[in-house]
Amino acid sequence: MNVDETDLPGLGRRKDFMTASGRRIGVVEYREGQSELIVSTWDDPDTCQASIPLTADEAATLGNLLGGQHLAMQLSEAHREIPGIVTRQFSIASGSPFENQPMGKACIRTRSGVSIVAIMREGEVVPSPGPDVVLHRGDLLVAVGTQEGLDTAADILRNG
Amino acid sequence: MDPLALTLIELGAVVFCLGLLARLAERIGMSPIPLYLVGGLFFGAGGFMEFKGIQEFAHISGEIGVILLLLMLGLEYTATELVTGLRRSWQAGVLDFILNFLPGAGLAIFLGWGLVGAMVMGGVTYISSSGIAAKVITDLGRVGNRETPTILSILVFEDLAMALYLPILTAILAGVSFLGGLQTVGISLAVVTVVLMVALRHGHRVSKAVHSENSEVFLLNLLGAALLVAGLASALQVSAAVGAFMLGIAISGVTAHNATRILEPLRDLFAAIFFVAFGLNTDPSSIPPVIGWALALALLTAVTKMLTGYWAAKRVGIAVPGRFRAGATLIARGEFSIVIAGLAVASGAVLPELAALATAYVLIMAILGPLAAKYIEPLVRVWRRPAKPQPAAVA
Repeated sequence: MNVDETDLPGLGRRKDFMTASGRRIGVVEYREGQSELIVSTWDDPDTCQASIPLTADEAATLGNLLGGQHLAMQLSEAHREIPGIVTRQFSIASGSPFENQPMGKACIRTRSGVSIVAIMREGEVVPSPGPDVVLHRGDLLVAVGTQEGLDTAADILRNG
Repeated sequence: MDPLALTLIELGAVVFCLGLLARLAERIGMSPIPLYLVGGLFFGAGGFMEFKGIQEFAHISGEIGVILLLLMLGLEYTATELVTGLRRSWQAGVLDFILNFLPGAGLAIFLGWGLVGAMVMGGVTYISSSGIAAKVITDLGRVGNRETPTILSILVFEDLAMALYLPILTAILAGVSFLGGLQTVGISLAVVTVVLMVALRHGHRVSKAVHSENSEVFLLNLLGAALLVAGLASALQVSAAVGAFMLGIAISGVTAHNATRILEPLRDLFAAIFFVAFGLNTDPSSIPPVIGWALALALLTAVTKMLTGYWAAKRVGIAVPGRFRAGATLIARGEFSIVIAGLAVASGAVLPELAALATAYVLIMAILGPLAAKYIEPLVRVWRRPAKPQPAAVA
């Protein structure tokens, strides 16, 4: 993928690329540290329909959502052969009982039969996380299991 | 009344009024500069009421305001950005200079103000307001637009051009001979080159020299350094403002960022007083006779800036709406036009009509610029619609 990087003297730097649908999408990184998500309009790729300021947390979450979707799709593809097995993603919201706790404390596999196969964090993947991996707000857990097991796991992560 | 008491009351009244004007400007979403100028006209010689007690203070504060304006302009850019900007956009920069310097200079000659007047008015019409342009770009959410780097590099070029133009202007206003003028130009070229080299290689050392964790120490260091450098530059006839600008460029990285934050309130205060001081020295009754010329000049230089932006954006492959946006964003003139006119007026080498024309011109352009930048987009869309039918909505 060809990402264009352009200096914005006095402001910061713009990184963007053209999507297959003909719209430009990217990020403006300000010198002061904020970042903005930019999306061009459909009729004029030079202009921005939206520029959405994102906090560091929000940017990391968005990165995880997009990256997680991709990973989950690959996993679903892999599990298609096995009926009854589903892949789902859970995000750790603020106020989750397991925020800043090791994942083993939730005993997800014992209680629901669901396996956490990966954690998406700040745009990076932690594959096959062990029970001592500490969960943070904004983490996206990629889980594999049965439909009922996944419902139970969601409830565990939300309410303890 | 005790003269001190009178001065305090007058100063308080002026600053308080500036606060009200700034709030009004914010409410209606315009640059406060034209309102400050009007405020100055109101309280100055021949205005609604004349404030004599603050003239001296306003004069010195105005000078400090100019130094802070240029220092902060230098802080905004790193030496690397200036050099790459120069390399990328010098063609557009040269076109910008030719198209926008000549109208002002031509009018000055036509009005019989001589070469000195032409030099001053050319500068007034040449330089866009980077303050207004940057605010317009941010406010209209155009930071991510493709034409924005083009606009910014033209502004960068103009600011570097100021570093050469101001010393030349200072020398001409001081009435030095041709040879003396050449010497000044030589000195300023050498200074600019040396500062850029030092800033590129050793910027962190300059930053370290003024930096401090303690904000009080930092502020005093910065301000002291800026005034010293400005004073020395002035003694060398290179123009105080350029000295401050070069110091700003030499300071880089985190130090520059912190310096911007710490100096911003000071800059706002002193720059506001500078605009008022300029207005104070202009007799409002001298404006009506030149208003026709100011309007004509405004229209002409709006078109020339539009052409500049259009051409520069076209060169880098931007579509028609973006070209118009680039041109319209450059139209605003503001703080630096007044800095140039202020230098000329302070030297006494130009006629009072020039100050009146510059005031009227900036009043028009500072208001017209942001409006043009905002409404060019819908205008272009309406104008282009017949050529491009709306595609059917996706169900």
